[in-house]
Amino acid sequence: METPRIQRDARPESMLINMGPSHPAMHGTIRIMLELDAERILNAEVEVGYLHRGFEKTCENKTFFNLLPYTDRLNYVSPLINNLGYAMTMEKMLGVGVPERAQLIRVLMSELSRVSDHLTCLAAMAMECGAFTVFLYMMKAREFLWDTIEFTAGARMTTSYIRIGGVRADLHPDWRGSLATAVRETRKVLKDVSGLLDENSIFLGRTRGVGVISKEDALSYGWTGPCLRSTGIPYDVRKASPYLVYDRLAFEVPVGEFGDNYDRYSVRMREMGQSLRLLEQVAALIPDAAPLTGSLGLEPAEAIRRSRRQRPDERVHLSPNLEGSEKERLGGLMTSDGRVGVPPKEDTYTTMEGLIGHFLFFMSGKGIRPPKGDVYFSVEGGNGEVGFYIVSDGTDRPYRLHLRAPCFHIVAALEQLIKGRLIADVIPTFGSMNMIGGELDR
Amino acid sequence: MSGLDFLTTRLETALGWGRKFSLFHYPFITACCGMEYMSAACAHFDIDRFGAGLTRFSPRQADLLLVVGTVTHKLAPVLRTVYDQMLEPKWVIAFGACAVSGGIYQNYAVVQGIDRIVPVDVYIPGCPPRPEMVLDGLLKLQDKIQHQKQDWRWGTKP
Repeated sequence: METPRIQRDARPESMLINMGPSHPAMHGTIRIMLELDAERILNAEVEVGYLHRGFEKTCENKTFFNLLPYTDRLNYVSPLINNLGYAMTMEKMLGVGVPERAQLIRVLMSELSRVSDHLTCLAAMAMECGAFTVFLYMMKAREFLWDTIEFTAGARMTTSYIRIGGVRADLHPDWRGSLATAVRETRKVLKDVSGLLDENSIFLGRTRGVGVISKEDALSYGWTGPCLRSTGIPYDVRKASPYLVYDRLAFEVPVGEFGDNYDRYSVRMREMGQSLRLLEQVAALIPDAAPLTGSLGLEPAEAIRRSRRQRPDERVHLSPNLEGSEKERLGGLMTSDGRVGVPPKEDTYTTMEGLIGHFLFFMSGKGIRPPKGDVYFSVEGGNGEVGFYIVSDGTDRPYRLHLRAPCFHIVAALEQLIKGRLIADVIPTFGSMNMIGGELDR
Repeated sequence: MSGLDFLTTRLETALGWGRKFSLFHYPFITACCGMEYMSAACAHFDIDRFGAGLTRFSPRQADLLLVVGTVTHKLAPVLRTVYDQMLEPKWVIAFGACAVSGGIYQNYAVVQGIDRIVPVDVYIPGCPPRPEMVLDGLLKLQDKIQHQKQDWRWGTKP
């Protein structure tokens, strides 16, 4: 194995120390080698790649439909935003539109994920600085947000709920209640956390003036998201190139001033407030689901019994896997473009044409086949600009798929930020960057 | 007096009882499952109810290794080192599909199950497993510890 650069260049009188990857504040997937003069960091080398799971290469061997679950596990704190980024890139490539209701649901899910992303980041950061109470409070709020997601999507984190061309199913009938609880509880937690941290001298001492980055440096490193905004640059993909219905919603882009750890904390706190605002606006815009029309049809067992004598005329009622994914409802949730969405299960199991359609969708070499070409699209993720670059050669699998992971660019600046500082400054600086291994190492 | 003036037990039972309710765990967190580990450890699900609330971030102080998330070939030596640093008696839980079997990542980068590197006592499947499943896995481990035969040849390797 090659000797690390830092080890080769180290001064004989200084001390080399290894931080991570199995270090609680390094989140298990980062290794920082430090050259120290007592507590002072003379030199640092960050090693990434401990969670390289071959995402991009794996995707080249999966169909466009089947690789969706892998995108869940990129930034696993806000999986729905990754789903959204991928789905929207594919929609751009295929040139399909998404129904209004699905767009609103997507915004709802994105903002829920964004809040839980920021909550997790700040919770971990605060805990690593010693504020365990903050960690417990914020995790409590996240549970309420995840409950809302689970109500609708059926899973807490890795939902694969946002699909190419729309969303998987309609919102749960009781979603308004759970959303209201989540928003209320999160507001309460944000207020409590503000009270605990905003003027806490220990927290201020470890964050103010620590890990400072200038606007120019942040831009040249390719920073985006809350970390870039903490330096005072109001760049937000939702404002800069609005997607979905963000241009119709009222929200502000909070910015910081100095680009230090405290600003990154405060920008995230204020952004969560804005996201809660967005959640309430979107909830008001989403109409209640229309009740299902007509009779539900025969129960499957009854239909089979009758079909022994003759083919029943009545429609067969199949309870879909997720509530609200009935054929009647799909119109508001999925694009009508047959190339893109999975055919409704009612058709698949009850008609010959539906079954053929189903096979044609899932058969190797068939399915979603975008035209030749390449496309880039980005959405605002929890950490910044989540971009997908997909090259298609006209088959049902991507020729190349690249993820622009926001925290990769942010972590690239870590060495510069901690050089010359004390060891203790590594913890809040790294914590405020919100490094997510799945997205960083892919 | 209540009539319960004495209590009889076997040393093995008492030892198992003591051990199963005082698990100090070392979370070896790498990936997505860490989020569910956080949920399981916090107030809603509260792993502390089962006596495993004390997280130790030094393997030398821990007796339960929770391998939470994907272990890649690059990380594998680190996991082995952590395991070797733990003192006997020690137990290992494979938390999540990736730790159990490599999960959906069947490729060049990922170790196909941590039992290729360290012995595993309880496997918790799921991608990621829900906190309830984590608690269930913990109860299974406690059951295992309770019924474990003690090795009375401490200090000598069999």
